[in-house]
Amino acid sequence: MNFGPLIFLGIFLSLASSWCGLILIPLFQFGKMEPVTIEMTGEIYPQPKGGEAKQGMSVYRSNGCIYCHSQQVRPRGFGADIERGWGSRRSVGRDYIYDNPVLLGTMRTGPDLTNIGQRQPSEDWHFSHLYDPQITSPGSNMPPYRFLFETRPIRNGVVSENALKLPANFAPEDGFEIVPKKEAKALVAYLLSLQATAPLPEAR
Amino acid sequence: MSEETSPTLMQSLDPRKISNDSDDCATLVEIDRSCRAPLLIFIISGLIWLLIGTGLALIASIKLHNPNFLSGWSWLSFGVVRPAHLNTVIYGFCSETGIAVALWLMCRLCKTPLIHSGIIIIAAVFWNIGLTIGIFGILAGDSTSIEWLELPAYSSPILFISFALIGIWTVIAFRYRREPMLYVSQWYLLAAFFWFPWLYSVANIMLVLEPVHGTLQAAVNWWFAHNVLGLWFTPIGLAAIYYFIPKIIGRPIHSYHLSVFGFWSLALFYNWNGMHHLIGGPLPAWLVTISIVASVMMLIPVVTVAINHHMTMWGHFKAMKNSPTLRFIVVGAMSYTLASLQGIASAIPSYSEVVHFTHHTVAHAHLGMYAFFAMIMFGSMYYIIPRITNREWPSAGLIYIHFWAVFVGMILYIVPLSIGGFLQGLKMNNPDVPFLEVVQMTLPFLKFRTLAGLLMTVGHIAFFANFIWILARCLQPYREPVAMILKGTIGLESKEENS
Repeated sequence: MNFGPLIFLGIFLSLASSWCGLILIPLFQFGKMEPVTIEMTGEIYPQPKGGEAKQGMSVYRSNGCIYCHSQQVRPRGFGADIERGWGSRRSVGRDYIYDNPVLLGTMRTGPDLTNIGQRQPSEDWHFSHLYDPQITSPGSNMPPYRFLFETRPIRNGVVSENALKLPANFAPEDGFEIVPKKEAKALVAYLLSLQATAPLPEAR
Repeated sequence: MSEETSPTLMQSLDPRKISNDSDDCATLVEIDRSCRAPLLIFIISGLIWLLIGTGLALIASIKLHNPNFLSGWSWLSFGVVRPAHLNTVIYGFCSETGIAVALWLMCRLCKTPLIHSGIIIIAAVFWNIGLTIGIFGILAGDSTSIEWLELPAYSSPILFISFALIGIWTVIAFRYRREPMLYVSQWYLLAAFFWFPWLYSVANIMLVLEPVHGTLQAAVNWWFAHNVLGLWFTPIGLAAIYYFIPKIIGRPIHSYHLSVFGFWSLALFYNWNGMHHLIGGPLPAWLVTISIVASVMMLIPVVTVAINHHMTMWGHFKAMKNSPTLRFIVVGAMSYTLASLQGIASAIPSYSEVVHFTHHTVAHAHLGMYAFFAMIMFGSMYYIIPRITNREWPSAGLIYIHFWAVFVGMILYIVPLSIGGFLQGLKMNNPDVPFLEVVQMTLPFLKFRTLAGLLMTVGHIAFFANFIWILARCLQPYREPVAMILKGTIGLESKEENS
C-alpha cells in the first residue's frame, strides 16, 4: 500500500489538533490576564517584582532551585498543601502573570515556596539556611550554597553589619567573617517577596 | 548503485520517476556503506554524551543523600547538574542514537542508500556543537529552568537548524524510496521527524525567545515536554521494535490491522496528554481534564501495540538467548507497556494527588526513557553497528556484562524509587508528619538509587569499550565474514526483507 500523502496529512492534523486545543485556545482564554484591584484593601494585585527581587529570581533560575521546590498550592482537599501552611489559598493563574519564567516546579524534595516570605520573614534565617541548611534545618538534604557567600578577614576588629551570625560549629576561623555576596542578597530578597497572600475572588 | 548514477543534490530534492523494478533496489551492502560515516558520528558522539550524562547523574544522585558532596562549586550544585544530566542524555545520547537508528531503518525500509550523506554529517557536527555550547551554558548558570528546555537561547537554534536538515533529508530518502510498499515503522519515523521540529520550534519560540505570559508557559512547557516523549522518542522506539522483532525471529508482525490501529490511536491521543503534569495546579480545570481523559485513552494504543508485539514474539522467546539485539528490544518493548501503564495511573487525579511532586515521577521518567527507549537503542545498535562497520562485536563477555548490569540496574532503580516516591507522597499528604521526617524517609531509597546507578554505569562502560574495540578493528584489514558473534543469529539477515 502507498498512502504517503494521506499518512502525512493525518500526522499533521493530529498534532495541529492538540496545538489548537492545548495552546491556542488557552492563549485566547488567559494569555492576556490583567492584575485586579482587591476590594478590601484597594491595592492592585499582583505587582511586578522590582530591583533586587527581580535579580533574585534570576539567581533562583540559574541555580535550578525549581528542581526541588515547587511554587504552587493545590486546592484544599487535594493533597495537604494548605494544611502544611504553604499557602492560605490555592494558587491561581493571576498569581503568576508577571513571572518569567513561571517557576511552578514539579518536585517537592524540599517544601513548596509559594509563601516562604511570609513563613520565614527573617533575612538572617535565610542567609544561615543558604549558607548551610543544617544550621536551621538539621537532617535536610538541601546542599549548602556557600559559593553565594564570601569569607573575608575582619577589618580593624569591626565585624561587618551584614556578617552572618553563625553557631560556633559553623563559624569561620577567628579573625574571619562570612558575608553574603550580591547574589545571595538578591536571592533572599526574592524569597522574601514570595507572599501570595492577596485574597483573590477566583481562589475562594 | 554506482557513483555515476547517484543523483545530484538538486535531483535528490526532486526525485525522478522511480521504477518499482526490484532490480533497481539498492543492496543491503550499499545501504549500510552509505550510512557508515554519518551513523558512526552520531553513535560515537551519542555514546560520549551517554557517559557524560551518566557521570552527571551519579553526581546528582549522590548529592541528594549526601548534600555536602562537591558542594563548593556553583557549576556542580544539584540544581545545575540535574538539568545538565537531563539535556545530555535527552538531546545527546537518546536523540543522537535515535537519529542514527531512524536514518538506518528508513534507508533499509526504503531500499535506498543515504544520498549526500555529507549533509547529515554536517548536521551531526552542528548538533554536537550546539549541544556542547548549551551544556556549558547550563553549567555556567544560563539554564532557562524550563523543564526539558533548559538549553539557553543561544544554543537551541543551532540544534533546531541541524535537526531541520536531518528531518528534510529523511523525508527526501522517503520520497526517493525504491520500495513502494510502506511498513509500519516508516509511518512512525515520518511522524517523528515531522513532529519533533514542530514541537521544538513552537516551544522555544513561546517559552524562550518570545515568552507567553503567566501559567500559559506551563501549558506550553508540558505540551512540549510530554510530546517529546510521546511524539519523538516513542515513535522511534516503536519503529525499531516493529522492525527488529520480525527481522530477528524471522516471522511477520502478528497483525497488520493492529499496527495501523495502534499508530493512529497513538497519534490521536498522545499529543493531548501533557496537561496531566499540572493536576491541581493553577490552570483552568477543563485544560487539565482533557489531558486526563486523553491519558486514559492511551490504554488503547498501548494495549494494541503490546498485544501485537507479544503475539509476534509468541513461541520465540527463547531466541532472546542468542540475540543480544532481541534481548534488549524485548525488554524495551515490555518496559514501554509498563511505563505507559504507570503513566496512565499517574494521570488519574487520586493517584496524582499522592505521587505528584515525589521521586515516583523520577522513577517513572527512567522507566520510559531508560528501560524503554535506551534499551531499544542499545538493542538496535547491537544490530546496526556490525553491519555498517563490516566487523563483528569483539567481545560476547562485554555484551553479557552490558545487558545484565543495565537490566538489573534499572530494576533496582525503578522499583524501589517508585515505591519510595509513593510512600513519600503519602507522608507529604499527612500534615501531621513534619517535612524533615518526609525527607529522612526518602534517604534510604535515594542511596539505593545511587547503587543502581553505579551498576548501570558499569554496563555503559562495557558497551562503550566494546564499541571502541569494534572501531579499532575497523582500522585493521578486513578478515572474517560478518556474523553476529552469538550463534543463532547467523543467516537471519536474509529473512523478512520484504516487510
